[in-house]
Amino acid sequence: MTGPEAEVSCPAPKGRYENVVLAHGGGGALMQQLLERLFFPAFGGVGAKDRQDAAVLDVGGQRIAFTTDSFVVKPHRFPGGDIGSLAVHGTVNDLAMTGARPLWLSAAFILEEGFPMAELEAVTASMARAAHEARVTVVTGDTKVVDRGKGDGIFINTAGVGVLEHAAVTGPGAVRPGDAILVSGDLARHGMAIMASREGLEFESLIESDSAPLADLALSLFEAGIEVHCLRDLTRGGLASAMNEIAGAAGCGIVLDEAAIPVREDVRGACEILGFDPMYVANEGRFAAFVPGPSAGAALEVLRAHPLGEQAVKAGVTTEGGSARVAVETVAGTWRILGMLSGEQLPRIC
Amino acid sequence: MRFLDEYRDKAGCRRLAAAIRQTVTRPHTIMEICGGQTHTIVKYGIDDVLPPEITLVHGPGCPVCVTPVELIDKALALAARQDVTLTSFGDMLRVPGSQGDLLSAKAAGGDVRIVYSPLDAVKLARRDPGRQVVFFAVGFETTAPANAMAVYQAHQLGLKNFSILSSHVLVPPAMEAILSAPGNRVQGFLAAGHVCTVMGYWEYEPLVTKYRVPIVVTGFEPLDILHGVYMCVRQLEEGRAELENQYSRSVNREGNVQAQRLLRTVFEVGPRNWRGIGAIPASGLGLRPEFAAFDAEKRFDLEGIVGGESERCISGLVLQGVKKPHECPAFGVECTPEQPLGAPMVSSEGACAAYYQYRRHEAARQPAGEQA
Repeated sequence: MTGPEAEVSCPAPKGRYENVVLAHGGGGALMQQLLERLFFPAFGGVGAKDRQDAAVLDVGGQRIAFTTDSFVVKPHRFPGGDIGSLAVHGTVNDLAMTGARPLWLSAAFILEEGFPMAELEAVTASMARAAHEARVTVVTGDTKVVDRGKGDGIFINTAGVGVLEHAAVTGPGAVRPGDAILVSGDLARHGMAIMASREGLEFESLIESDSAPLADLALSLFEAGIEVHCLRDLTRGGLASAMNEIAGAAGCGIVLDEAAIPVREDVRGACEILGFDPMYVANEGRFAAFVPGPSAGAALEVLRAHPLGEQAVKAGVTTEGGSARVAVETVAGTWRILGMLSGEQLPRIC
Repeated sequence: MRFLDEYRDKAGCRRLAAAIRQTVTRPHTIMEICGGQTHTIVKYGIDDVLPPEITLVHGPGCPVCVTPVELIDKALALAARQDVTLTSFGDMLRVPGSQGDLLSAKAAGGDVRIVYSPLDAVKLARRDPGRQVVFFAVGFETTAPANAMAVYQAHQLGLKNFSILSSHVLVPPAMEAILSAPGNRVQGFLAAGHVCTVMGYWEYEPLVTKYRVPIVVTGFEPLDILHGVYMCVRQLEEGRAELENQYSRSVNREGNVQAQRLLRTVFEVGPRNWRGIGAIPASGLGLRPEFAAFDAEKRFDLEGIVGGESERCISGLVLQGVKKPHECPAFGVECTPEQPLGAPMVSSEGACAAYYQYRRHEAARQPAGEQA
C-alpha cells in the first residue's frame, strides 16, 4: 500500500456478464458474486463482515441497528399489500433481525412523470398505516421525479434505525451446532402472490402476500428470556438461500425436515405448476430463528402465542462440520442438498 | 395435496424399494427418458435407495438441452433486432449460444419476454400489430400441440406479425438412435409419461419388438419412478420385453387424439439437429408448407446462421446416457450455472443442473440416522 488511493480500488467483477442482469439482484449466487467481488472490497464496513441485513453500531455505549432497502415491486398493488406497506415491512424486518426495536424510518420516493396522484396517495396512506402498525415514525424523506419512461411509476427507498434494548449478540457467528431452527410460519406466499398478479395467472384461490412487520414477534423471544443465536428474515431467495448464507457464515451444517415446513396447499399447487421450489420463493413476513436445541419448545410456545407466529415450527437443526452444507430430508424419506440458487427461478417449459 | 402427496409417500417408497431389492438378481441398466424424471431421481435421491445392481442412466428428454446451439444464436439475432419482440419459456433464457444468452440480450436492450403459453405470444401480436412477435418454440411432443395451436390461431386470425422459431423433437427416433448405437448399454426404458399423455404409447410398440427392450411408461413423482423401475426390473429378470404403462392415471394407448390431429395439421416430420448429438433422421417437426409464412427463420432470413458448440462440453454423451454429469472434467469447475458451457447445466430439466444443484457435495451425504 503506497497511499490512500491504493485502498479504494474496485476490482471489476469477472463474471460471465458484461452488463447487469436481473439475477444480480435476485438474492442468489450471482448477487453474492457481485457483493463479494465488487461491493465488499470497495466498501468494507460492518455489514460486509457480518453478512447481516442491518449493521449494528455502537453510539456512545448504546447499540443501534441501521439498514436501508429499496422497493421496486411491480405490480404496485398485490393481494395482501402494496409497495408502500412493503417498504415499511422490509426495512422494519431487517432491523428486527438484529434483535433491535425499530424506531425511525426515512422514505425516499423516485416517481415517474405521469404517475397518477391518486395512486401515490394510496401508497402513502398504506405506508402510514404500516408504519403506525409497526410502531415506527417516518422522520425524514426525499422526493425525485424522473422523465416519463425513465422509471417504473414509483420506486421507494426506506432506511431505518432501531435500538438494541438487550445485551444479546446475535448473528451467524453466534450459531452453534445443535441449535434448533424455527420457522415463524408458512412459506412462499409473498413470491407466489406477486407472481400470480404480475403474470395474470388465475388460480382457484387468492394467494395473498405474507407481508407483515416482524419486530414484535422477534422481540418476544428476547423478552421471554430465550437465548437467540440468530434471526434471519426469509426474503429474496427464501428459506434455502437464508440457510445457505448462515451455514456458510457460521461454518456449520444445517439439516431441515421438509415435511415439517408448512406451505399452504394452494401455494404448493401454484409452485408445482410453475416448477418453483417453495424453499426458494420470497417471503416478506417470515423469519428463521436459531436457538439452543433445548430451548426449542419454549421458543415455539412464545412464537405461537403471537398472531404472526401461530404456525411456527421447528424446521431443522444445525450440525457439526465445516462443509456448510444444507441438507433436507424430503417428504419421500430421502435426502437432498439444498443449494444456493444461481439466479431467479424461471418458469419451466413443461 | 391430492395427486401429489400420495406419490411422495415415505412408507410407499420404502415398500417399493424393498420389492425392487427382492426382485433383482443381476445388473441392469435402465434409462429414464425425461429430464423431469431425472430431476425427481436426483432431487429425491431415488438412485440411493436402489440396490447396487441397478444403474439409472439419464436420457435425452430435456427439450432445452437438445436445442441446437445455432437456434440459440438465431434467437439472439432476433432479440438484437429493434422491430422484434422475442417471447420464450423461462428456462430458455439462460441457455448459452455461441455468444451469450438471452438474459444478456435482454440486459443489452433486447425486447425478450417470458410467456407461460405460446397463445400469450399470439395475444401479444394481436395487441401490438406494429411489432413482430416471435415465439421461441422448442419442445418434445408435450409442448408441440400448444405451439401448433398458436400457429393455427395466428393463421385463422390472419396475423402478419407472428412467427415461431421452431425446433421440435420427437422421442421415439431418439430412443432408436440410442438403441442402435454401437456399445449401447441401455437394457430398459422408463418412457416419458407426459409425452405419452399426448402421443399415447402405440408408437413405442415397434421399438419393443425390434430391439427386445422393455419400455415402461412412467410418471414423475418418487413413487412413480420407483414403481416404473420395479416393473422394468421384473421384465428384465423374467426375460420379458413388453410395453407396460405405470402412468395409467394419465396415459392410454391412443393418447390425446385431438392434439395429434392438430400436430399433423401444422407440422410435418423431418430431420433435426440435436445439440451435442447431431442430426437424427425423421426426429423432429417442422412447419408444413401451408404454414411456412409463420417460420421466423424464413421471415427474418436466419438460415445462414451456424453456431459452434463448446469443445469442452460433453453434453452429447450426457444426453445419450454414456456419461454422467459429474464424470465431465468441466463439471462444477469450468461449467457452472453461472458460467455454463452447455444447456444441460442451466435447463430446469438438465441432468447437469440436477447434479450441480443436489449433488455438488456428494462426498458429504447425510447419514440416514441424522434427524432434523
